[in-house]
Amino acid sequence: MGRKLIIDPVTRIEGHGKVTIQLDDDNNVIDAKLLVVEFRGFEKFIQGHPYWEAPMLLQRICGICFVSHHLCGAKALDDMVGVGYSTHNLITPTAEKMRRLGHYAQQLQSHATAYFYCIVPEMMLGMDAAPEKRNVLGLVAADPELIKRVVMLRKWGQELIQAVLGKKMHGISSIPGGVNNNLTAEVRDRFIKGDATIPSIDQMLEYSMEGLQLFYDFHEKNRAMVDSFGDAPALDMCLVDDNGDVDYYHGKMRIVDNDKKVVRELDYHDYLDHFSEATEEWSYMKFPFLKELGREKGSVRVGPLARVNVTKSYSTPLAQAALEKFHAYNKGKCSNKALHTNWARAIEILHSAELIKVLLRDPDLQKDQLLVTPTEAMWTGEGVGVVEAPRGTLLHHYRANKEGNITFANLVVATTQNNQVMNRTVRSVAEAYLGGQAEITEGMMNAIEVGIRAFDPCLSCATHALGEMPLEVTLLDAKGNQIDERRK
Amino acid sequence: MMIQLKIDGKNINARAGTPLMDVALENGVYIPALCYVKGQPCLGTCRVCSVKVGGVVAAACTVPVVHGMEVEVNEPEVTDMRKALVESLFAEGTHNCPSCEKSGRCDLQAVGYEVGMMVSRFEYRFTPRQRDYASEKILLERDRCIFCQRCVDFVRDEETGQKIFSISGRGANSRIEINAELANKMTSEQVTRAVNLCPVGTIVEKGVGFNEPIGKRKFEIKSVRERALAGDHK
Ligand code: SF4
Ligand code: FES
Ligand SMILES: [Fe+2]
Repeated sequence: MGRKLIIDPVTRIEGHGKVTIQLDDDNNVIDAKLLVVEFRGFEKFIQGHPYWEAPMLLQRICGICFVSHHLCGAKALDDMVGVGYSTHNLITPTAEKMRRLGHYAQQLQSHATAYFYCIVPEMMLGMDAAPEKRNVLGLVAADPELIKRVVMLRKWGQELIQAVLGKKMHGISSIPGGVNNNLTAEVRDRFIKGDATIPSIDQMLEYSMEGLQLFYDFHEKNRAMVDSFGDAPALDMCLVDDNGDVDYYHGKMRIVDNDKKVVRELDYHDYLDHFSEATEEWSYMKFPFLKELGREKGSVRVGPLARVNVTKSYSTPLAQAALEKFHAYNKGKCSNKALHTNWARAIEILHSAELIKVLLRDPDLQKDQLLVTPTEAMWTGEGVGVVEAPRGTLLHHYRANKEGNITFANLVVATTQNNQVMNRTVRSVAEAYLGGQAEITEGMMNAIEVGIRAFDPCLSCATHALGEMPLEVTLLDAKGNQIDERRK
Repeated sequence: MMIQLKIDGKNINARAGTPLMDVALENGVYIPALCYVKGQPCLGTCRVCSVKVGGVVAAACTVPVVHGMEVEVNEPEVTDMRKALVESLFAEGTHNCPSCEKSGRCDLQAVGYEVGMMVSRFEYRFTPRQRDYASEKILLERDRCIFCQRCVDFVRDEETGQKIFSISGRGANSRIEINAELANKMTSEQVTRAVNLCPVGTIVEKGVGFNEPIGKRKFEIKSVRERALAGDHK
């Protein structure tokens, strides 16, 4: 008689997910799945609203990556009113740079939160440390100085988000054709030099370097584990510029195979021509894949690991050095290793901080040309926006009628793109940690969660629902009888 | 003719016949208002300016001052009455401030802050009213209308003087309407004026939302109270 293990819900991720693992009589893993059990349809709700409200309303899907949704929506609206990249009528440099500044600030803030609050606890305290210690509070006890810096890194990102969008959460900066504000020299100087409430940008670079060092130390001590944990082969995808380097705000979608050969490069407006979505009755989250290759071969990974795999280089020196080290370590091939995602995330924290530093010195941010006002004739009534959100490629697609009323909306979020790969990771970790074991420990179950958390999945975004849940682990036999249960 | 009256015990000289609202504001006493527009005929629809005159509740914008008048503004019972009136407006329509483009420049929201409203004591009705997209430049977000009638009386076709906005139905079934044909003839200045005149986010210029950054919006720069006391009542 086999057994079925359930982790419900998975903790320290955004939203409500659940894992089930089916074991046979010899305790071999015969199936492992990540299920997404909440659903809320923002795409339906937004219909009938005026189109210019979309970036404002749809960012409320998420309490973490709202800036990405806001920008993605704004880019889709640019298209709709006839300005931006799909036309010859680009938004102004000030507008684009303000958007980028908010975007990088969010990446810094979001990655710092995911990395230090959800991932570092296991790195520093061990995957099988007692659950009550294995969290950010445990870190406070283990290294209070580190935590002070971490909190500051996150706060600094939030303050910059507020400076650009007016609020720490769910503010407004982008409007169709541009932005509603620039950055005054006074505010800029606050971030460059720091003040009584926040440190300088150079200090942020230092903290980011320390964050990366934390990974290096961990890797050094646990090389075998880190390099074997949660191996999940997949294609890698992100937005790239003309040099083939990642661009978090705009670019072509590039998809590479394990040898970094470009499998496909596309204008994101053609996304639907290239991708299909599979559905499973056990999950609300879809499984997108490249049509031509089929689901097994054509599923892509997005997010920090994918971007670090795809990008050839960075324009900033410290991140570039870190990237070279990563590429050399993986011998020029793409890494499929779940815990390398945390490495990639630490590199991207540094990259964001450096990009912010460069932008803060750009005088375009103080200029007044904020908006391109399109004529009525430019109206197209349809728009697609794509950005690299912290968790990966995010797409918004809207249609509106001539009167200005949204008739259609579709969102494809990073966590959905990663669905197949996350499921592969769960299976791989389950086989390695639970397969053949007679007794299942809490630490083993946690290993599964560590694999999922490496993706920093946002199930709220993926299903457009919101929630924060305690952990519940249920152990069932093949007949569904409850053998054991744990809660935190 | 100059007369004397008392507001909250303070002796005040004023010109006979001036609206009590104006006299109070000129003398530094703030009274909330949602339909009154200084210099325009009084509408008296919102009652948010209720005060006690000789112990009797009256709308300050509708009362001309006379000699010997005794007015109570900051008196507990009528103060709570004003708050209740504002709360009832929030309960009657659908007001999602966090995602509304009028936020920060909305009279209702600003007055809500002034009367210290935290939550409505009345049950929220979430009245479903449809949006009206029919005119080219204006969107009507009907579920936000408080029926002040500013637009009805003060926005007119420049050629014929005809009304562009009107209210159909009665009581709970009242609905703000727009004459799309006349509205399409409005100049962009007229559209802007109508948008600003509406104390809530019902009259919205199409395509122009969220164009002022948070922190720099009308009532964030200067509160509704400061504006009213400075004689800037719309
Ligand atoms: S639309 Fe605005 S101005 Fe007109 S009655 Fe309603 S609230 Fe008053
Ligand atoms: S302001 Fe006096 S009744 Fe509305
Ligand atoms: Fe999210």
